[in-house]
Amino acid sequence: MNPSRKRRIRLVAALTAALLAGSALIYTSFSAGSDERTAGQLLDSAVPGRTYTLAGTVAQGSVRREGTVLWFAVLDPHRRHVEARVRYTGLVPDPFREGRGVMVQVRRSAGATTFVGEKDSMVTKCPSKFQVAPPGPAGSSSA
Amino acid sequence: MALVGRALLILGLAVALYGIGASLYGARGGGPAWVDSGRRAVYALAGVLTLAFAILEAAFLRSDFSYSIVASHSSTTTPAFYKATAAWSSQEGSLLLWVWLLSVWSSLVLALTRRRLREIAPVATAVLLGFGSFFLVLTIFFAQPFATLAAPPPEGAGLNPLLRHTSMMFHPPMLYSGYTLFTIPFAFAIGALVTRRLGSEWIAGTRRFALAAWLCLGVGIVLGARWSYTELGWGGYWAWDPVENASLMPWLAGTAYIHSIMIQEKRGMLKVWNASLVLGTGVLAILGTFLVRSGILDSIHAFGANSLGVPFLALIATMVAGSVALVVSRRAALRSEHRIDSIWSREAAFLLQNVLLVGLAFVIFWGTFFPLISEAVTGTKTSVGPPWFDRYTVPLALAVVALSGLGPLIPWRRVTMAGLRRELVFPLGATLVALVALALVHGVTAEPKALLLFCAVAFTLACVGQEFWRGMRARQASAREAPPVALVALVRRNRRRYGGYLVHVGFAVLLLGVAASSSFQHAQDVSLKPGQSARVDGFTIRYVRATSVPSAEKISLGAVLDVSKGGRHVATLRTSRGFYPSQDPSQGIVGRFFGGEAESQVGLRAGLGRDIWTVIAPDLTPLQGIVNEGNRTFERAMAGLTRGGKPPNQAAVDQLFALRDAAVAAVARRFVTQPWPADFRFIVSPLATWIWLGAIVVALGGLIALWPAPLATRRRVGAAYAARVARELARS
Repeated sequence: MNPSRKRRIRLVAALTAALLAGSALIYTSFSAGSDERTAGQLLDSAVPGRTYTLAGTVAQGSVRREGTVLWFAVLDPHRRHVEARVRYTGLVPDPFREGRGVMVQVRRSAGATTFVGEKDSMVTKCPSKFQVAPPGPAGSSSA
Repeated sequence: MALVGRALLILGLAVALYGIGASLYGARGGGPAWVDSGRRAVYALAGVLTLAFAILEAAFLRSDFSYSIVASHSSTTTPAFYKATAAWSSQEGSLLLWVWLLSVWSSLVLALTRRRLREIAPVATAVLLGFGSFFLVLTIFFAQPFATLAAPPPEGAGLNPLLRHTSMMFHPPMLYSGYTLFTIPFAFAIGALVTRRLGSEWIAGTRRFALAAWLCLGVGIVLGARWSYTELGWGGYWAWDPVENASLMPWLAGTAYIHSIMIQEKRGMLKVWNASLVLGTGVLAILGTFLVRSGILDSIHAFGANSLGVPFLALIATMVAGSVALVVSRRAALRSEHRIDSIWSREAAFLLQNVLLVGLAFVIFWGTFFPLISEAVTGTKTSVGPPWFDRYTVPLALAVVALSGLGPLIPWRRVTMAGLRRELVFPLGATLVALVALALVHGVTAEPKALLLFCAVAFTLACVGQEFWRGMRARQASAREAPPVALVALVRRNRRRYGGYLVHVGFAVLLLGVAASSSFQHAQDVSLKPGQSARVDGFTIRYVRATSVPSAEKISLGAVLDVSKGGRHVATLRTSRGFYPSQDPSQGIVGRFFGGEAESQVGLRAGLGRDIWTVIAPDLTPLQGIVNEGNRTFERAMAGLTRGGKPPNQAAVDQLFALRDAAVAAVARRFVTQPWPADFRFIVSPLATWIWLGAIVVALGGLIALWPAPLATRRRVGAAYAARVARELARS
């Protein structure tokens, strides 16, 4: 086989491999990805058993602990007074608080009105690098 | 002084714009005096920005809350060490750090190359000053570090507790050094393409800076991972977070680049690939900065949504369009001088390694930007998680590790089958021994991916060990030196080569730690009262007693834990969670001391065999009643002091605050005197320490490769290099 033909065959083989790898990448990212939804969208149309990424702000007064289980509600950023209640176990990031932005992987059981958070799936916005509220006027002395 | 700081930034912008003009005018026939003036503008910019950064640091150190970013990112109770680091915890301060580092590194490269690269350097100077101008415009108009407050507060908000960690002093400067250093080969590549000086001269002139960029970025990434492991309270070191990925992508592309330039230097090949790779790395470095600044992707680390996205997108679009246009228009001049002789050659191994590294970077790019891609295609934001990343990155990483062992064994141009057999006997034998030994270890065969990676690591260590052994034996034979002396002399005289081999060793060791700690980790979440215990991976962890430490900075509630195995004491661990006071007055006079930001202190017993890691998450609900009562009591007392509209007596206020502090300390002590169950996470991670040891070896190898060669070697290499440049110039 002459060298230029050999090179062409190698090039075609390499391009085919790259194409196949690229197709697999695209297919799996669409099929294995988790859709990001707001509380209202999940309450309206969540399919039982499917995993979604619930994003929003933790509602004030909604956080409650029962042993290692954490209950909280996530507000819909676009619809007032619409919130999705979440039952969560596992790691709670240090910055988790009422009023803070969170993302958590959730599933809905058939007929249930609450969502079950996947263990250790919670991500909380880190407040340091976000705009910190200006300090209050009150002076603070040490504890 | 804030006014002086602002004026310095404006002066810096003027100097940078002048430098761009002078460099380009000098390059286009204005004469060397203009080129020199353009270069001196970079030195002047470095001086101006050093002064500006010093003013900002001084403001942080003396808690000058008239500066807006000092008030929002520091406080009088923040320890001095963290006051100094708080400057780059803000968007504004970190942009100033970025441009300051850029000016310092640019000055260094231009000073070192001032007698070389005479055609390329002026264009590179203009490109570097272009980056400088861009970031100065951001700090002057979009995110001002010297913005002041009309009414400075008496106390600042304080540094985010999560950032109060030693690595945070070094992590951002190292990352930014990596990013800014990668703009140097980018700028010189643009210079080479514009001036059509496309030999290996510009590569040799900036190779050390590319290596320094790679090293700094790598160290920055590992420091971030270490911070995550010991500070974030989840027990992991990598989460495929967009901002983590943003730093890994240029590092991978840079790794490919510092390997492939060897082919251009040795054989004049892969010029298009190298130019594309270095330009791509430069773009990825800016993309990394953009991802953190713009808030375009949800990440724990990203700054909030702001107005910086559009300017960054414009910069990236300009860089990409300019790079593509230059590479396409210069493709004839970038033609390789040779072809790859055989797929069984070092050139082919380097190329395959490059494809794998770029493939890794592309997979990470795709996964990171997939929420935006899917939103554009389907209208729904979809994100991919760690399992998706692992599916692709694990096999690619495995191949990279194996190739990092095989590559050094294969000679340039072509290897004979007999030669390959000779080289591979020992490494393959060692791999087989490792496979048999690992198969005997309980549970290892259940994790085939980890097993394969262990074998790849064994293969690489054997390959590199063989190279060191042979080199040392040859040196012993020729110079009649004792083995340790011969080994040191070998490395000293071939720093780039053996430093690189050491990097391969470190990388293999690092991945060994990653594979073992992620595949064979045991984790358990439990709720315990003092005296109770839990069993994790054969260890008994007993909650001995609760602790409570109130201080001016925070209130720490924690636990002392006793770890034993088979009745034998193994370690005593201390973990705590620090609660920082909130600035929100609605939480109440006492409540605000428990309602602010919180930060975990991990209890860690690191060992060569395994790490025992623990963190506590105290539940504050049982304190709510007494906190509410305290709030009411002190609000009544405060109201009594201000009754009648008169200003309160300062002595009485001080006394009340002292009482409040005592009350807060008493509330916190309840965690010890009336303990209730606390949540713990216990993790036993095998070989996790090897991640950090591997990283240290990588850094050591990188430093050896970076260190200038002895003078005699430099002269010898310099003569060979001069001959090559002369040949290239004669051809051009």
